[in-house]
Amino acid sequence: MAVLQRNISSLLLASPVILVLSAFIIVPIILITAVSFWGATEFSIYPAFLFDNYEFLFTSEVTYRVFFRTLYFAFLVWLITLVIGFTVAYYLAFFVHSLTWQIICFLLCTIPFWTSNIIRMISWIPFLGRNGLANQSLIEMGIVNEPVEWLLYSEFSVCLAFVHLYTLFMVVPIFNTMMRIDKSLIEAARDAGASSTQILVNVIIPLCKPGIMIGSIFVVALVMGDFITVRFMSGSQIANMGRLISNDISLLQYPSACATAVVLLATVVIMISIMLRFVDIRKEL
Amino acid sequence: MGEKRSTGFYILTAIFIAFLVFLYGPVITIGILSFQGPTGGLTFPMQGTSLHWFQELFRTQMVGDIWGSFQRSIILGLTVMVITVIFSVGAGMAYRKKFFGSTPLFYLIIASLVIPSILVSLGVGLIFSQLGWEVHWSTSGLGAQLTWTLPFGILIMFAVFNRFDKAYEEAGRDLGAGPVQVFRLIVLPIIAPSLIGVALFGFTLSYDEFARTLLTSGSRNTLPLEIFGMTTNVTTPVIYALGTLTTLFSLLIILFFLTFFVLSQRRRNKKGSDAGKGLV
Repeated sequence: MAVLQRNISSLLLASPVILVLSAFIIVPIILITAVSFWGATEFSIYPAFLFDNYEFLFTSEVTYRVFFRTLYFAFLVWLITLVIGFTVAYYLAFFVHSLTWQIICFLLCTIPFWTSNIIRMISWIPFLGRNGLANQSLIEMGIVNEPVEWLLYSEFSVCLAFVHLYTLFMVVPIFNTMMRIDKSLIEAARDAGASSTQILVNVIIPLCKPGIMIGSIFVVALVMGDFITVRFMSGSQIANMGRLISNDISLLQYPSACATAVVLLATVVIMISIMLRFVDIRKEL
Repeated sequence: MGEKRSTGFYILTAIFIAFLVFLYGPVITIGILSFQGPTGGLTFPMQGTSLHWFQELFRTQMVGDIWGSFQRSIILGLTVMVITVIFSVGAGMAYRKKFFGSTPLFYLIIASLVIPSILVSLGVGLIFSQLGWEVHWSTSGLGAQLTWTLPFGILIMFAVFNRFDKAYEEAGRDLGAGPVQVFRLIVLPIIAPSLIGVALFGFTLSYDEFARTLLTSGSRNTLPLEIFGMTTNVTTPVIYALGTLTTLFSLLIILFFLTFFVLSQRRRNKKGSDAGKGLV
């Protein structure tokens, strides 16, 4: 009886969240999956059970190229954000000794998270453009004779923007796990004769794995699902899975958009579930 | 490591400062460029300094419905904030005990966080169109944004309750407090500062949300959508002026919440415990 009551009161408390996520996550996914089998005319979509959308998707060479491009971005951005994020977190956790400074530095790293991504993307334009700051200084320093064209609207600018937007998703969880490392473990390692590098490699990095994993989940999910950064920073010249979907949507080809969405979702779910196997998120909070 | 003045310390400090420049440099650049003179363009050099582009913003016929979209974003942000706080506290309380379905729900919450935003946008848009409802920022937009803010709120609440000392509640219960009293007089004051954090996430994530609102806001744009629309057809520094203003607004909001957080933490520490003070 008590067990039943406990279950009911917990379910009641969680029910608003259950309702919202059912209506706006579960039902949409079910509908997307259903619509991915529907048919489309130029102006409307109609219920059916067709494999046309998938057939078109899997027989098009573009799909594979875009799919691997998406994975490539995810991997590259993951690697860069991991290296930068870990270094920054390591500095904050072990080299900034005053608590006040630690809080200030940590806040400085997180504040951009609460500001607009769109603005943060736009703000690269005066920097990277043909007559931007980067080109002006490169020319002034005599490194190049004419403006470098690949700085903006290129793979480079897309990656740069991703790193700019998402590195703090690495910094925060890694910093969080580092702060929980028992300092006596590090002292013990040092007493046993370990060098700084050995402590880093053999003590700190293994103990940071959960934080690294959580950060990686964020970055991979965000980059895989992105469409707006790639569109904006590549000047619509580079495609990823998200952009395939958004292009289909703008052409009102919903069934085709849904089929691509299902493939993207399946990919993300598989990647994230593998990563979740290595970390118990609830324990790490 | 640890010892100050080691070369490692200086190298890492340099890296950290470089990181901060990387993080803030671009935004500061557009902050400066928004004061560009009337004849100036999107890049340096500055053609004099002026408030021309800020004035331009206030001429509504020039650049879309900025103020309308700003108002909508504020109202939506506040709504999302309140709902996120209340629902997250509920879920956080629920998860203090294991309950039927708690594991699937947890994975649903994580899924809500990692699912590509465009899928939420697409799916919610489809539901509304199939049901014959009109998408509107205050209905479909609200729901779509909650799928982004709720997971953050709930994860924060998990972190809060992981560190929560149950002894306080037990003491209250032993003294005869009912469940409602325990929550209102003991739990709520203790978790209050963290709720400010949840509110900060709720408001700012909604205020800046783009992808999930894209297909769910209907004909009336929120501010980020309006700004994005401008990027395709506005080629003057007016867009920098808008960017500067909205970033300043975000910073003010963050500052407000942080101050509020620090004050409430102080208040809690001061009034929270009188242990050891009564026995003289």
